[in-house]
Amino acid sequence: MVMGDLAREVDVAVVGGGPGGYSAAFRCAELGLETVVVDAGERLGGACLYAGCIPSKALLHVAALMHEVERARELGLHYGEPRLGLDALRTWKAERVVGKLARGLAAVAKSKGVEVTGGRAVLEDSRTLRVEGVRMETIRFKHAIIATGSRPAALPGVTIVSEHVMDSTGALELADVPERLLVIGGGYIGLELGTVYATLGSRVTLVEMTDGLLPGVDRDLVGPLARRLENLFAAVHLNTKVTALHESGAGVLVELEGRDAEAFDRVLVAVGRQPQSAGLGLETTRVRVDGRGSLVVDDRCRTDDPHIYAAGDVTGEPMLAHRAMRQGKVAAEVIAGRPAAFDNVVVPAVVFTDPELAWCGLTERLAEEAGRPVKVARFSWTASGRAATLGRTDGLTKLVVDPESGVVLGAGVVGPGAGELIAEAALAVETSALAEDVASTIHAHPTLSESWMETAETLTLRRR
Amino acid sequence: MPRPFVLPDLGEGLTEAEIIAVLVREGDVIQEDAPLLEVETDKAQVEIPSPMSGRVETVHVRPGQTVKVGAALITFADSTDGGARRSLAAAPATGAAPATATPGDRSAPPRGRGPVPATPATRRLARELGVDLLTVRGRGPGGRITDDDVRAATSAAGASAPGASAPASPPDAKPLARVGVEPPPLPRFEQWGPVERAPLSHLRRTIALRMTLSASLIPHVTHFDRADITELDAIIRRNVERLRARGVSLTLTSFLLKASALALRAHPQFNASLDAAAGALILKRYYHLGVAVATDRGLIVPVMRDVDQRPLLELARELATLAERVREGKAALDDLRGGTFTITNLGALGGTGAIPIINYPEVAILGVARAREDAVVREGQVVPRLMLPLTLTFDHRIADGADGARFAADIVRFLEHPDQMLLEL
Repeated sequence: MVMGDLAREVDVAVVGGGPGGYSAAFRCAELGLETVVVDAGERLGGACLYAGCIPSKALLHVAALMHEVERARELGLHYGEPRLGLDALRTWKAERVVGKLARGLAAVAKSKGVEVTGGRAVLEDSRTLRVEGVRMETIRFKHAIIATGSRPAALPGVTIVSEHVMDSTGALELADVPERLLVIGGGYIGLELGTVYATLGSRVTLVEMTDGLLPGVDRDLVGPLARRLENLFAAVHLNTKVTALHESGAGVLVELEGRDAEAFDRVLVAVGRQPQSAGLGLETTRVRVDGRGSLVVDDRCRTDDPHIYAAGDVTGEPMLAHRAMRQGKVAAEVIAGRPAAFDNVVVPAVVFTDPELAWCGLTERLAEEAGRPVKVARFSWTASGRAATLGRTDGLTKLVVDPESGVVLGAGVVGPGAGELIAEAALAVETSALAEDVASTIHAHPTLSESWMETAETLTLRRR
Repeated sequence: MPRPFVLPDLGEGLTEAEIIAVLVREGDVIQEDAPLLEVETDKAQVEIPSPMSGRVETVHVRPGQTVKVGAALITFADSTDGGARRSLAAAPATGAAPATATPGDRSAPPRGRGPVPATPATRRLARELGVDLLTVRGRGPGGRITDDDVRAATSAAGASAPGASAPASPPDAKPLARVGVEPPPLPRFEQWGPVERAPLSHLRRTIALRMTLSASLIPHVTHFDRADITELDAIIRRNVERLRARGVSLTLTSFLLKASALALRAHPQFNASLDAAAGALILKRYYHLGVAVATDRGLIVPVMRDVDQRPLLELARELATLAERVREGKAALDDLRGGTFTITNLGALGGTGAIPIINYPEVAILGVARAREDAVVREGQVVPRLMLPLTLTFDHRIADGADGARFAADIVRFLEHPDQMLLEL
């Protein structure tokens, strides 16, 4: 024991203050467990609030606004040329959006009696945590919940340290709007941030290693988004690998497989995220870590160590904040002896581009791969009244149902507002609603949500 | 391409198994049919052979863990499927085939089965009541399982394996599914002295559940009798050496089996099951008798098929091998199911009599204690006779005291007069 060490005992020590961590901590406190959160930044919110979901959506909102204003000309509405004040935008994002939410979380923690302490947390054994921060502290816990999240993955095989090469965290800081930006990775992070920078004025080139944007997502849903991005971006190179990056003057020279080298002012590496499980002292416990660095948990969020639970990105894919929040609550309830389980059928996924793209449950592609027969119905927004009034008939709504029972197994939607629209489909799948249930529910007119009803109706009519 | 191997459907309403041992390590290259894991279900301990050849990429389970049917056990890299999909050796009837779903991917249900159609609230209720939703038939639209279906499943009980868990305690100690009344909380024993906590094994939990179920559900009544087996004992003694040379171990239990099966033919209500929900008695036209076997891990009841029809020596031989398989934990599931009546012979351990609990959903169980030489009055003379104490415990809903007495008397008659047994064959 180090001099000045304070050893204290808590019911639950939560490692990491992101969505998984704070959801777990809040629920623990609600269930009467004495809980402390150890966060490297001594704050709640995690990557989601400071370097992910929230700041990216704030910037995407600005991008959407600019796009709307541009489109307004078609409707006979003319504004002057937009002038972007980057400082004002950064301040708005940092203070009014991120800052406000951070203060909100801190207030909730205080009201629930959850303590947040700062420092690097290292497990010493299955019951003890050493906090290396401003103060050194030793915490004895009955249970710990590991929620250390994930960080942007590095580009495999390419090493470069350059101020011109950034990851998603750097891109969200919005240091400048480069003239020529290369986005490496056609997943949701690359598409979202590419959209932001392209709208703000960058010439964006996107490279993706596989043969399509958003690998794994049904192609009919990706279609409308891909068409829009081909216009927005200067170039989209599929089936293309980045082989080397070289610092060159004020930018980066990029070597692409099978193409001429190209110069960019900045490069954004958005090739996925990886769990942050290293350096936690897990080897002193029975926690099992798989080959990709994810903590192995069961459906109660238990690791192999009876005292240690885990939630969120550190447990692997899908690395989404809303999954982490649910896992955090499950871990807390299980620790409190409640019959909770992470038995969720759907973890909805949303790509906040323009148009937005969202899906949940069984996709047509997964059904095909599993050789499982399904019925699929699609509804094109060309027939939607609301889409017409918005001037956006490029959307598509789709349902995947069980051919025998009519139970809704999955859903997807692309179009403005898809991120909000998917909620209804998620409820339908999670509660095993029938296509007929969706078809027979009155949806307000004229709204985009009617498209669910329309899609479901084509299925129920076919059934009779 | 990585191929997951999931716990196959085990049949018989079995929905989970406990991992006893993992016989391979990550990185091992194994051949099809090589043993992968030892698992224990409510019914048996079995070895699961590999359905394919390949390199073990990931082992998803560890000893002591309870896994559900469909859960990923092992992921193979560079696998080569052995042509026809193999079924679990222990459950040949179920035709279980390894599914090919991505482990942990909740969007891709295995084998074309969707997620269990139930709302999150219903799923929580099922966990609370320890009901495995995979065993529940949904009566809602589209086969959706409702709260009522879950509650009905608890009252139908029996089939439902203990599923509820109190995760606050270590993962290997889980609460038992409750039947009937809520037990009051235990006092803090620590206040009177040091205590230790030992989690129940999977088998112990199963026994506890089934015994509680039987004792709470069935009004038990027990009839006592004694059989004079002096003559039978002489027959056994005269033949035991000769038969041992032929590899047959002739024991009293084989005769108990035969006598019971023959008596059951005359008393069919004891070879039955009560369908309480339908208000009907299901009379079984086969006589598969269970024999309770004590093992290190707990009580297991292997079942002998068609005891009424098969030669006695064949029964004796099978009984010996079956009991050994059970003691070694190698019994197959089919060895342990389908019984219609049970015999528990505690004679080897002494005692003067025991009242066993019926093996639900059977109707009756025969308890046998140690045979002793007693002074018995025969035709006015006191003579030494070898007397075997018997207890017949049966379900009073199905049969009354007089029925039980007559059934027991028939068993006694066959044991006392082996020639009559012979004539019935």
